[in-house]
Amino acid sequence: MENSSSRDESFPAGLRVLVVDDDPTWLKILEKMLRKCSYEVTTCSLARVALGLLRERKDWFDIVISDVNMPDMDGFKLLEQVGLEMDLPVIMMSVDGETSRVMKGVQHGACDYLLKPVRMKELRNIWQHVFRKKIHEVKETENYDSYEDNNIRSRLDEFNGGFHPSKKRKDNHHKEYMEQSFGDSVSVKKARVVWSVDLHQKFVTAVNQIGFDKVGPKKILDLMDVPGLTRENVASHLQKYRLYLSRLQKQNEEKTLGGAAQTELNVKERPGVLSQQSSLARQQQNSPSGFGFSSARIYTQEMIPKIASFRATETELALNDESWASLNKRNITRFGVMASKNLEPWGDGGNQLTQFVQFMKDQQSITFKDFLEFRQAGQDHCFETDHPQSQPIVNLRGSTEAEDTSQQIHMKPVDSKESKYMLLKCGLDSGSSQVSHGFVNTRSFQAASATNLSCGNPCSSDDKNSITSWSSLYSDAEVAPSIDSLTFPLQSCGFFENAGFHGLGAFECNQIASDFQSILYDELQYNCEYLSDLFEAPMVDDGLFT
Amino acid sequence: MECSPLYRQAANMKKSLLDQGYLDEQFHQLEELQDDLSPNFVEEVVTLFFRDSARLIAGIDQALEKTPRDFQRLDGFIHQLKGSSSSIGAAKVKNECSAFQDHCNQGSTEGCLRSFKRVKREHAALRQKLENYLQVLRQVSPSPMKAAVRPK
Repeated sequence: MENSSSRDESFPAGLRVLVVDDDPTWLKILEKMLRKCSYEVTTCSLARVALGLLRERKDWFDIVISDVNMPDMDGFKLLEQVGLEMDLPVIMMSVDGETSRVMKGVQHGACDYLLKPVRMKELRNIWQHVFRKKIHEVKETENYDSYEDNNIRSRLDEFNGGFHPSKKRKDNHHKEYMEQSFGDSVSVKKARVVWSVDLHQKFVTAVNQIGFDKVGPKKILDLMDVPGLTRENVASHLQKYRLYLSRLQKQNEEKTLGGAAQTELNVKERPGVLSQQSSLARQQQNSPSGFGFSSARIYTQEMIPKIASFRATETELALNDESWASLNKRNITRFGVMASKNLEPWGDGGNQLTQFVQFMKDQQSITFKDFLEFRQAGQDHCFETDHPQSQPIVNLRGSTEAEDTSQQIHMKPVDSKESKYMLLKCGLDSGSSQVSHGFVNTRSFQAASATNLSCGNPCSSDDKNSITSWSSLYSDAEVAPSIDSLTFPLQSCGFFENAGFHGLGAFECNQIASDFQSILYDELQYNCEYLSDLFEAPMVDDGLFT
Repeated sequence: MECSPLYRQAANMKKSLLDQGYLDEQFHQLEELQDDLSPNFVEEVVTLFFRDSARLIAGIDQALEKTPRDFQRLDGFIHQLKGSSSSIGAAKVKNECSAFQDHCNQGSTEGCLRSFKRVKREHAALRQKLENYLQVLRQVSPSPMKAAVRPK
C-alpha cells in the first residue's frame, strides 16, 4: 500500500474509490456524492475495464463500489475476482433489494450492500470498511512482530545459539506468500500469470470436475490444458481459491468453532477414520478463522493460551486412498506427549496435558510433497477449539537425537515471562516403531520450512533431527493443530508431531489440554518411554532421525 | 429574488411534481448535490437520464418485437430502466417498471405490452414536466438554483 503520510493524516478524505456502474446517470451522481465526501473518485461503466484498472493500478484503490447488474460482467463475478486478486473491500449496490440477492452479495464477500437510490450519508461512511481492514492489517503486523521478536527469536537464540533468521517477510499481504509454493524455493520469482476471468473459469470448472475435496494442482493443470501454465501457478491459484472460499465460509466456521464440544481422543472412538486438521488455505488466510501460519492468524488469536481441544473432521485423501485406508485400519497408534508440572500424565485441572495422536503409516513411503498435497486434499478441515483457561505463554522446542537406537525427543517448554524452560525428553523406543521406512525426508522438510516461513530456522546444522525450530515448524505444519493462540506455542506440539514424525502422513491430534506452567529444565525430564508406557507404542521411523 | 414570480413558479412546479408522485425524495438529493463546482448538476443529470432511458426504451421495444420473446433479455432492460429511474427519483416510471418486471417474469407478453405502454407514458409525461420545470429554473438563474429549489 502506498499510503503517504499525508494521506494517512487526512483519512478518510482522499479515500480512493472506484465506482463501477453501467448506468451513466448513477455514475455521475455517485461521483458527485463521493467527491462531496472528499474522496478521490474514479468511475467506470464496464466491469471488465474496472478489473483492468484494478490490475493496472494495484494498491491504488482503497475500495470498490460496484453495481450488481452489468451487461458485460455480472457484478458478483467482479466481486469474486476482486476478492481473489486484490483483496479490496467491495460494496455492492442494486435497485433490487431481494434478500437472496443481498445474501449472494455478502456470500461473495461484499462488505456492504447498498440499495438504490444510494444516499450520501451511506457513502460518507464507507471509509469504515477501509479502516476496518487497516486495523486488521496493523494488528497482524504488530502481533506478528511481537510474536517473532519475543517468542521466537529470543527463545530460540537462547536454545540454539546459532539462530539463523530465515527470510523475513516484508509485507503481510497474503499475495506475497501465496506465491510461495510449499517446498519450492521462494527466492526465485516465478512468472506471474494473470488469472483472467476466462482462465479462472476454466480453473473453477476443472476444480468442480475433479471434486473439491480431491483436487490437486497437477490434476487441475491437466484438465485446464492451458499452454504456459505451470503446476506452481495452479497451486498458487488453488491456494487463493481456497482462501477465497474459506473467507466466504468464515461466518459459518466461526459458529462451528463456538459450538465445538470438547471431544477427547475421539480418534479412539473411530480409529478407522483417517483424519486431518487444518489446511493450507486456512492457515494462510487473513481471516479470523485462520488457524495456520500467517500473520492473520496471529491477530485473530487472543493472547491467552488456553485449554484446547481439537477434533479433526474426517477427510478424504486424494493420495493413495487405499493404502491410507488400510493404514488406518491397521496401524493406528497414538503417541502421547504430556508434560505436567507434577509429572502427572493426566494432570488434573491446572496441569497441562497434551496428547497427540498420530496415525502412523506402515511400509508406505511418502514424500514431503505428497504429504503436502495430501494435506491440501483434505476436504473439510474444521477446527473446533475451545479455550476456557488463560495460561502463561509457553514455548516449545523439539529436537530429536539419534545417537542410539532409541529416538529422543526433546521438548522445551518455556515460560515467556520468566525465561525458564524445561527440557522434555522423550525417548522413543525404536523397537516399538512399526513403521519401517520411507518417511519424509527431514531435510526437505527443513528446507521447506526455511523457505516458507519467515520465522526462522534455528536448527543448527549438527542437529541430527529434522525438527528445526518451533517457529518454522509452526509455519510449516499445515496440520497445525493450532490452538488458536499463537502466543501459546504449545500448539507447536502439533508441528512437533508433524515435523518429527512426518512420516505419519495423517493423524488426528487431540490436544485435550495444554497448560504449561513454567518449569525449570532441571525440574523435569520426561521420557517418552514413560509416555510410551502410558499410551500405545509410539511409532517412529528410524530413518526419520538419521 | 425569492419573491420573484419565476421563483414561485418553479417552486410550485416542483411541489406538484412531488405531490403527484412523479418525483420522490431522491430528486431533493440531486438538488442538494448541486453546488458551485457543478452549478448545472441537476439539469445535467436529468438530461443524462432521459438520454439513457430513451436508449433503454428503444431496447425494450426491440426485445418486445422479437419472437420468440427473450424475457430474460427484456428483464435486463427493465431492470436497467428501473435502476436509472431511481437515480433522479422518477417514482412513477420506477413503479411502472416494477409492474412491467412482474409481467416479464410471468412470461406474459400481453401484460408486458400493457406495462410497457404505461412506462412510456409516464416517462414521456415526466420528461415534459421536468423540461418545463428546468426551463423556468434557467430563467431564475444566474443566481444559484439551489436557493430557488431548496424544499421548504
